[in-house]
Amino acid sequence: MSELRILVCVKRVPAPGARITLTADRQSIDSKNLGFATSPHEECAVEGAIQLVEAHGGSATVLTLGAVEADEQLRYAVSVGVNAAVHVTHAGLTDGTDFDAQATARALTSAITSLEAAGGAFDLILFGNESADAGGFQVGVRVARSLGRAIVNGIKHIEISDGIVTARRESADGFEVYQLPLPAVLGVKEGLNLPRYPTLPGRLKSKKVEVLVVEADRANGGLTTLSFDNAAEVVVQTTMLGKGPEAAPAIVDLLEELGLL
Amino acid sequence: MSSDFPTSAKVVVIGAGIVGNAVVGHLAELGWRDIVQIDKGPLPNPGGSTGHASNFIFPVDHNREMAMLNLDSQRQYAEMGVNNSCGGIEVARTPERLEEFRRRMVSAKNWGIDARLVTPAEIKEMVPFINEEILLGGFYTPSVSVVDSLRAGTIFRERAQALNALQTFANVEVEDMIVEDGVIKAVVTDRGRIDAEYVVVACGVWSPRIAAMAGVEIPLTPAVHQMIDVGPIPILEASNTEVGFPIIRDMDTFCYERQSAGSMEVGSYAHRPIFMTADEIPSIKESKLSPTELPITMDDFDPQLEQALELMPDILATAEIKYAINGLLSLTPDGFPLIGEIPGVGNLWACAAIWIKEGPGAARMLAEWMTHGQPEIDPHQSDISRFYPYARNDHHVRARCAEHFNKTYGIVHPREQWESERNIRTAPYKDRTDALGAYYFQAGGWERPHWYESNRPLVAKYGVEDRPHEWDARWWSPIINAEHIAMKETVGMVDLAPFVVYDITGSGAMAYLQGLTVNNVDVAIGKSVYTPVLDVNGGFRSDLTMMRLGTDFYRVITGAFDGPRDAFWFKKHLPADGSVRFEDKTSAFATIGLWGPKAREVMAKLTTSDVSNEAFPYGTTQEVLFGSLAVRLFRISYVGELGWEIYVPMENARAVWDLIAAAGQESGIVPVGAGVYGTTGRLEKGYRLMGAELDGEYTPVEAGLARPKVKSADFIGKAAYLAARDAAPAAVLCTLTVEDHVSPRDGIKRYMTGGETILTLDGNRIVDAKGRISTVTTAGSGPALGKFLLMAYLTPELAVVGTDLFVNYMNESYPVKVAVAGPTPVFDPTDARMKA
Repeated sequence: MSELRILVCVKRVPAPGARITLTADRQSIDSKNLGFATSPHEECAVEGAIQLVEAHGGSATVLTLGAVEADEQLRYAVSVGVNAAVHVTHAGLTDGTDFDAQATARALTSAITSLEAAGGAFDLILFGNESADAGGFQVGVRVARSLGRAIVNGIKHIEISDGIVTARRESADGFEVYQLPLPAVLGVKEGLNLPRYPTLPGRLKSKKVEVLVVEADRANGGLTTLSFDNAAEVVVQTTMLGKGPEAAPAIVDLLEELGLL
Repeated sequence: MSSDFPTSAKVVVIGAGIVGNAVVGHLAELGWRDIVQIDKGPLPNPGGSTGHASNFIFPVDHNREMAMLNLDSQRQYAEMGVNNSCGGIEVARTPERLEEFRRRMVSAKNWGIDARLVTPAEIKEMVPFINEEILLGGFYTPSVSVVDSLRAGTIFRERAQALNALQTFANVEVEDMIVEDGVIKAVVTDRGRIDAEYVVVACGVWSPRIAAMAGVEIPLTPAVHQMIDVGPIPILEASNTEVGFPIIRDMDTFCYERQSAGSMEVGSYAHRPIFMTADEIPSIKESKLSPTELPITMDDFDPQLEQALELMPDILATAEIKYAINGLLSLTPDGFPLIGEIPGVGNLWACAAIWIKEGPGAARMLAEWMTHGQPEIDPHQSDISRFYPYARNDHHVRARCAEHFNKTYGIVHPREQWESERNIRTAPYKDRTDALGAYYFQAGGWERPHWYESNRPLVAKYGVEDRPHEWDARWWSPIINAEHIAMKETVGMVDLAPFVVYDITGSGAMAYLQGLTVNNVDVAIGKSVYTPVLDVNGGFRSDLTMMRLGTDFYRVITGAFDGPRDAFWFKKHLPADGSVRFEDKTSAFATIGLWGPKAREVMAKLTTSDVSNEAFPYGTTQEVLFGSLAVRLFRISYVGELGWEIYVPMENARAVWDLIAAAGQESGIVPVGAGVYGTTGRLEKGYRLMGAELDGEYTPVEAGLARPKVKSADFIGKAAYLAARDAAPAAVLCTLTVEDHVSPRDGIKRYMTGGETILTLDGNRIVDAKGRISTVTTAGSGPALGKFLLMAYLTPELAVVGTDLFVNYMNESYPVKVAVAGPTPVFDPTDARMKA
């Protein structure tokens, strides 16, 4: 087998953990205080790609569709060890806005097709299982289908040998193991690995890397965003069970109630 | 509203970071009870700056007040068992920084902090992973420590709780502050209203927002300080401790590297200033980490990555950036904390813009101030009432903070001038002073000529020596000395527009002023009084001059640097019955000084009034006409020469400037800058300056300003003043001459800038019976004497004319001699010239 070529598709999303504030017109999110990150599943995909390249040689490329700001996520991937970066852009994209899944998949497929035409097929294309913001669960599947390749989602373990990728995903009773001939596509989940952080030299190197910018076509049709709404807030009620040794009976009662005793 | 939430309290403390916690601890210890503390976040880390602080203390500071706050805080942390001494090294990459370290050695010596200069090899020995090849040397302080500020906060709260003094409520948001008749009455929260006699705003970056609810300003801005945590690093992990290696401050790159268990924390003050407003800070829910740990803007940090890699290549090349934040901290326009009662609302106190290193000390200062009326450490620099109105708003705060943020690790000259917010207060004749080539310093926001380039020919004429070392000559000109000599030969005119003028009127004016001042103000109309104004402990609150212009009319003149503090004090003590009226007339009058042996000759041309010594004796004031323009003359002098201060309505000031210049032409009048007025002229006459020689830690007796008799009227600080008069002084303010300026190190003549340590001939610093250290309060030329003069407090046995001592300047000793002990001027000791 020639050099392993892996592509990781990532998406810039608001960093999870903070409550998202919407703009007054509810047409977009208020990004004033938001940090942005790569979707967590995709961070694992990036790490997975790096580990596979470390193990087998070859190269990993990161690709995103997004506004100019998404450059940050491409460079982050480079800073942790990805070799090359591709930015699929479109004038209509501003930070925090999306194409719908269909249009995204179309743009990615078109970009991947030209990348492969120029540099050869990617042996493995990794997606996150779903994005942290839109959570459509569609893009990976659509791209795989368009490229005519097999895909398995929900992957938490990957091995490659002899032109075969072995992927594992959890099920209710244990895990399922799939073997796919390369080239293949996988949708991975958090838990695949523990993504590394950038090193200082890695960060500095990422500043210098040349990102390949590709203009995306935006086909008409598809879904249109009307407005955003916040999910109902889950109110957590804290009850003081008491202080010091006097609290012990109440704690015992609660543990019993929860079936833990 | 839950039933256990209090509806009233003696004092409400808003904030549970290191400051709020230390405040409740100290208030309780000083006897306060019924304290309610609230914070909008959870405990023990409510999400403010304390929660992400690096928690280290480098105790050495050039400024006495900050050094004392640092040391006091370090003592308090140590007493609580949360002070971990790891040592710290400030490293130099440039020769300028090495020179700064010599200056830091002086400050270390001043405050009794063990420190030494170390070579790159010595640094390498202590910090084996450092690249010593890029370093020129270091300043090592063994007592640098890392503290546990969250634990300290909990201990402070527990101590107050143990005294049954404190209830603390987390997750309580302040919604409003209720002020009635200019006094704070209540704090309204999302859990109900708490009526309170006192309120302390100790909520760090949110303080301006809370103050605004009470209609006042706390002039600070939340500012970003970037920080990353890099690890794991095997050599650090192997040390098996939180901080096993000295903390490195890479001074020339404005960065620090501080071990944090197995990783290295790299913090920066090098990036562009990034400010927010208190209202823009995200809520706890909107924050991924905490409201003051914002997502890092990594592009701003990248240059520091390269510098850090250069400094510690072996350990930083492979470690990962695990944590990176734009951390919020508080900055103020002048870099000092904001402590004290907030002008405008009675009983509303601030304790804000305080970092971990000075937190407990600042809290003790505030608690003592609230309890006794005056703290032990003089709060002159931190006093929140120090700002003029223009300096309290967001625009000014941001302008100044943007300017000084990158000077956090900078080398700041003692005479350094601001570049932002200039030309905001100018005299009406500024076009004239501009034309004379005035070099302006800023005083109370005013542009004040410090010297005039038009006088440069006088430098050669009088053979004034330049200062060969760039540092000594910075923000200085030999022209100052030349102007001094010229004024004493002929006559000089001095722009004194920044003078602060208060009119005190009303039937109660005299009694009111008697209650504030040491000296008797019940003088004849047309006479004047110079008087100290004391705090309750008998230390200096202010010193000022007032003219009695009518039975119920006094005009108070005070310095530009202390105007707001004095205004606060005067207003705070106004009687409630309306019998006294306070008016700030600073903007109504410009003042021009006319002094020199030929001043009377010039004055006689300006007015037809009799200006002879008999008709117009020293210390008196009269209104006269300059042509058609009424001006007030005040025969007084801060420069030791015959002459007057001329008070002119602002709209006449430009015309009067021209009249004086024209009338003085034949007499050889020269424009004279504040370099003479504030330093050389003043020093030769031994005049004391508030904030230099005079502060809350020294008494009029020690300053040599006690009069033979004490007035019968009661006044603030009288009991302490009487006690000070009865006791032998612990220190005596002296004037010293520098006997040899030549540097032992490089043979260059050096000239002190102020703040240096006075040493005995054995090389020991001088500490008086009250624990105060002899440092140079003012340094400057005495051109008429041909000597360089220093003022310093000395212990009585050393305060003897002729005593030989050393001054420690840039870590070198220069011989000095006591020229005068006490208030007698070194020049013209009988004041014959100004009373001519």
